[in-house]
Amino acid sequence: MTTTAPPRTPTPAVQREPRPVPAWRRGLRPYVLSIPAVLIIVGILYPFVLGAYYAFLNYAAVVRRPVFIGLANFAEILSDPAFWTSVRVTLHYAVAATVVETVLGIGIALLLNRSTLIGRIFERVLILPLMIAPVIAGVIWGLMFNPQYGVLNYVLGLGSTFDWLGEGTAIWSVILVDVWIYTPFVAILVLAGIRSLPKEPFEASAVDGASWFYMFRRLMLPMMWPYILVAVIFRFMDCLKIFDHVFVLTAGGPGDATRTLQIGAYQNSIIQLQYSQGSTYMFLLWAIVFLTARYLVSVLGKAQRRAAGSEE
Amino acid sequence: MASRELGPGERRFSPASVGADAALLVWFVFSLFPLVWMVLLALKTNAEQISTYFAFTPTLSNFATVLSSEGERLTSVNFTDAILTSVINCVGAVIVSLVIGIPAAYAAGRWQYRGSNDVMFTILSFRFAPELMVIVPLFVIYNQIGLFDTNVGMIWVLQLVTMPLIVWILRSYFQDMPAELEQAALLDGYTRRRAFVMVALPLVRPGIAAAALLAFIFAWNNYVFPLILTGSQHTPVTVAVTRFLGGGGQAYYNLTAAAALIAALPPLLVALSIQRYLVRGLSFGAVKA
Repeated sequence: MTTTAPPRTPTPAVQREPRPVPAWRRGLRPYVLSIPAVLIIVGILYPFVLGAYYAFLNYAAVVRRPVFIGLANFAEILSDPAFWTSVRVTLHYAVAATVVETVLGIGIALLLNRSTLIGRIFERVLILPLMIAPVIAGVIWGLMFNPQYGVLNYVLGLGSTFDWLGEGTAIWSVILVDVWIYTPFVAILVLAGIRSLPKEPFEASAVDGASWFYMFRRLMLPMMWPYILVAVIFRFMDCLKIFDHVFVLTAGGPGDATRTLQIGAYQNSIIQLQYSQGSTYMFLLWAIVFLTARYLVSVLGKAQRRAAGSEE
Repeated sequence: MASRELGPGERRFSPASVGADAALLVWFVFSLFPLVWMVLLALKTNAEQISTYFAFTPTLSNFATVLSSEGERLTSVNFTDAILTSVINCVGAVIVSLVIGIPAAYAAGRWQYRGSNDVMFTILSFRFAPELMVIVPLFVIYNQIGLFDTNVGMIWVLQLVTMPLIVWILRSYFQDMPAELEQAALLDGYTRRRAFVMVALPLVRPGIAAAALLAFIFAWNNYVFPLILTGSQHTPVTVAVTRFLGGGGQAYYNLTAAAALIAALPPLLVALSIQRYLVRGLSFGAVKA
């Protein structure tokens, strides 16, 4: 962080003892500063709570007077195979994308860390896919996926037969786009982590004649673990609620091959105007995300404490 | 940069270096090819758009079409207006987020107070909340109170994207700022408020700039909020781009690519300018870098 000039002392002529602020008012200071943000939180939480409430109503655009129906929506949706298909698709997507992006991201970070000329040039452009809107990434890839006119089949020599967004391939194609967009995210996080590591343990083990792989596995990976975990948490959470590029590429199709939970909720609430159904989907998704987040954040806390301890 | 010391595990002249560079090259072909292809497609004529040629005479007419009334006829969205809408919404959301987020981030970075962790984690949880959970009720509410398809409505809901980013990034900047500097100012007779404005704020200025620009990118790139909460009057670019895909049953690949390129340019330029700060921003200060 850059430092600026120290504060000028006020001119003696105007210097007065500042009126002491009573202790109780000083204690309130952080609360007062947080009030606007808390108000915004409340303003956003209100529709959120309302959305949760919808899950317990029979609310649809055609229903004039929604009434409380308890857990009936949950019972209906939890016994609906389409919901479980969505859960399976979402988990398939999230696990595959997170694993591939983490492995590739670590690999790219290690390659860039060598600080060669090519590496330094590539580091500048690494993040470009990450910075364009996922929906636009979806649009671009959609143009390339087209079996007849798309450039992918042409470049890869697949003729016009390979259907990227077909029944069995669509899920992998949308994962491929996710990998394209978000692998740089993992890579820059891990790279920053590698560069913040202390050098002494590596120098010491190099003197002892340790191999590169040994150092990577026994030194770098354990010390890097908190960084990797942060990347995994962000990726996995985001994948669970994936929408943008999948929606523009397949809209959940073909059939329900890529109908993730958010797309299912969109179809229920916005297309079919079944607000309750969509909200129930989202309520369940939110519960999944919340519980996963709680678990992963506790793992992260442990890892950070361990990493901090090992540096002493 | 060239004289930077080698970090752990780095070797400049290892024999595996060539292989490693080759591996990097493969990734970058994969990574940049879609962007290059988008540019090429955007420069092709209607007749060439379904071809997979790499060599052709480039034309800028697609950009003109996208921005003209011809583009509006195809998509029923005025793309120039869409750009303006995106700018208004994103700048508006970022300004509101800064005004309310900086004090909150300062409070959270300086003091541990009762409930501070709860407030911070509630804000962070926005980051991971499924958007539709909030949008469905907002869709109903906005339709009732007339905020549907308005800039004010979009600015309000974009807080969900921009606020957590700004508060969490700036909190970590305020935490890193030595408290002694402010205390020195207080000893010199500054009031708390003056110490904040004259000492703390200038010190985190780079953080504020980076957080604001990153929040701008995220807001600009958002798709699902405007998809559901705007109609044809205040459509932002992310939604407008997709309109070219199905225009009148006919595909306009070259126009789509041109529109996508225009929409992607501001975030790309901003990102290149704040690259140094990206790690901290993207991880919301969870790992300080």
